[in-house]
Amino acid sequence: MRTMSALVEIRNLSKIYERGKQKIEVLHHIDLDIGRGDFVALMGPSGSGKTTLLNLIGGLDSPTDGTIRVAGEPIERLGEDALARWRASNVGFVFQFYNLLPMLTARRNVELPLLLTRLSASERRRKAGIALELVGLSDRASHRPGELSGGQQQRVAIARAIVSDPTLLVCDEPTGDLDRQSAIEVLTLMQELNRDHGKTLVMVTHDPKAAEYAHRTLHLDKGTLVPDSEHSAA
Amino acid sequence: MKYLHLIWAALMRRKARTLFTLLSVLAAFLLFGLLDSVHNAFSNASSGVAGAARLISVSKISFTVSLPKSLFARIQAVPGVAEVSYANWFGGIYQDPRNFFPSEAVAPNFLDLYPEWEMPASQRRAFRETRTGAVVGASLAERFGWKIGDKIPLQATIFPQKGGSNTWTFDLVGIFHATDPAQRGNENVFFFNWNYFDEARQFGTGSIGWYAVRVADPAHADRVAQAIDALSADSDHETKTQTEQSFTAALVSQFADIGLIVGAIMAAVFFTLILLTGNTMAQAVRERTPELAVLKTIGFTSRSVLGLLLAEAVMLLAIGAAIGLVLAGIVVIAVRSELGSTIPLTPVGGEIWLRGLGLAVLIGLIVGVLPAVRGMRLRIVDALSGR
Repeated sequence: MRTMSALVEIRNLSKIYERGKQKIEVLHHIDLDIGRGDFVALMGPSGSGKTTLLNLIGGLDSPTDGTIRVAGEPIERLGEDALARWRASNVGFVFQFYNLLPMLTARRNVELPLLLTRLSASERRRKAGIALELVGLSDRASHRPGELSGGQQQRVAIARAIVSDPTLLVCDEPTGDLDRQSAIEVLTLMQELNRDHGKTLVMVTHDPKAAEYAHRTLHLDKGTLVPDSEHSAA
Repeated sequence: MKYLHLIWAALMRRKARTLFTLLSVLAAFLLFGLLDSVHNAFSNASSGVAGAARLISVSKISFTVSLPKSLFARIQAVPGVAEVSYANWFGGIYQDPRNFFPSEAVAPNFLDLYPEWEMPASQRRAFRETRTGAVVGASLAERFGWKIGDKIPLQATIFPQKGGSNTWTFDLVGIFHATDPAQRGNENVFFFNWNYFDEARQFGTGSIGWYAVRVADPAHADRVAQAIDALSADSDHETKTQTEQSFTAALVSQFADIGLIVGAIMAAVFFTLILLTGNTMAQAVRERTPELAVLKTIGFTSRSVLGLLLAEAVMLLAIGAAIGLVLAGIVVIAVRSELGSTIPLTPVGGEIWLRGLGLAVLIGLIVGVLPAVRGMRLRIVDALSGR
């Protein structure tokens, strides 16, 4: 599976977890390219390795074997601190349960990744304002997560993911905790970020309707990518 | 500074818990401020600017053992001695045992050795000429509302009169002021005429508690001290001549080792504080595991997380300590204005603040280090998945 101008290049990727004496091979020899500006949905049954693959692409975990290049950077070779710095400037994360800091306002939550930059306080504030405007929540900037609906919280999380203008957004079940209407709003927003702002999105989902918003859907089963033909036949 | 709101938000996550922890920190540092103030007062008591110019000769055996009056003339004859005086501890009580203050029988010239205690010449003269005369420090006079001409009865705790009475009545003929505000503690003393004391006391006639010596040249104080001690070498009343500071410190240590007591109390308090705040911090960090994972996810390094958590603990301790020390300062001011120098306290100044805040930072680091290391080491993937 290759596309031209790949942003993410995965070769022979394996991941084995050790639980005590037991070794669990979660991913087996994955090869995958994700093009710049692509919007990919990752589907598969529970335990198929979707989230593990997403975590590896986002630099949250290290592979047991194989390589992952993102924008030419072999991230599997980076140390913990270097990987953290790489994530800060290259990847935005959106989680199923939003994972906002409950004591901070929406704006302060969005500002969080910018604390790692040399931007001034006013510049951080301005950029956070722009990100919130982009997700349609300017008027909720001073609200805390507890004062927002699930859909609004997820949009704040998306604003936080894009505020440092990363190339890649990794989204783990972003609509898994939302009602249908809110899910549509969030997916539409993600589609806009992909289409209008050139963001590359990788989204794990169980929901085939959510996957329809992506350019293409990849299926994982027992740690292996399933070719489209096999999946269709199944 | 840009992380300040993040640290503050973490502390405010559970307001009630933070408040109660803050209160315990506050209480500990209030106590620290007060005890350190007492400790300072006792430490300062053993330091004096005029000390090098004066020496005190006491019995080598103990402060409580008397010396013969015959030594007076011999000490006066020692080369380098400018003036000699003497005194006895009296230990009287005014009306109630709680009204304790230092009271001493002193020679008529005793006050001449202490020019820093200011008193009109007429009152100095009156003290010399009045058999039952007494002079007191201004703080003590203010405390009991005494004025010149008052008759003041003191109850003897050591020296009854020849007739068996424990009541000694004195005529107040002078009130002195300490010229140096730092020496205000000395205004809490009651002096009376030694001749009256010696004539009237039931026992010990002719014995002296200690000799005070003004040296002609402070540079030769050592030599003078050795010469004085040589006078009674190998006798049954050997002396130990020392600076005023050493004498005061020895006197204070007769009552108690203030430093040890303060240290022991504070060690117990801070040990308890470490257990309490350590537990609170550990709990707070455990609850926020997913949030810490999010910070690491978006690019905070492990060291940044460690720093944030340590800063959180230090901030909690520093705020509590600062409020506690401010309160201690207020309490000290209130106590000093109410009771004068009855309870020895120094103002809660820069030195106590430095020590207090230093301790707060240290305790903050101690209680923060374990949870902070735990936060630093957490694996993002495990923490996000709730493992």
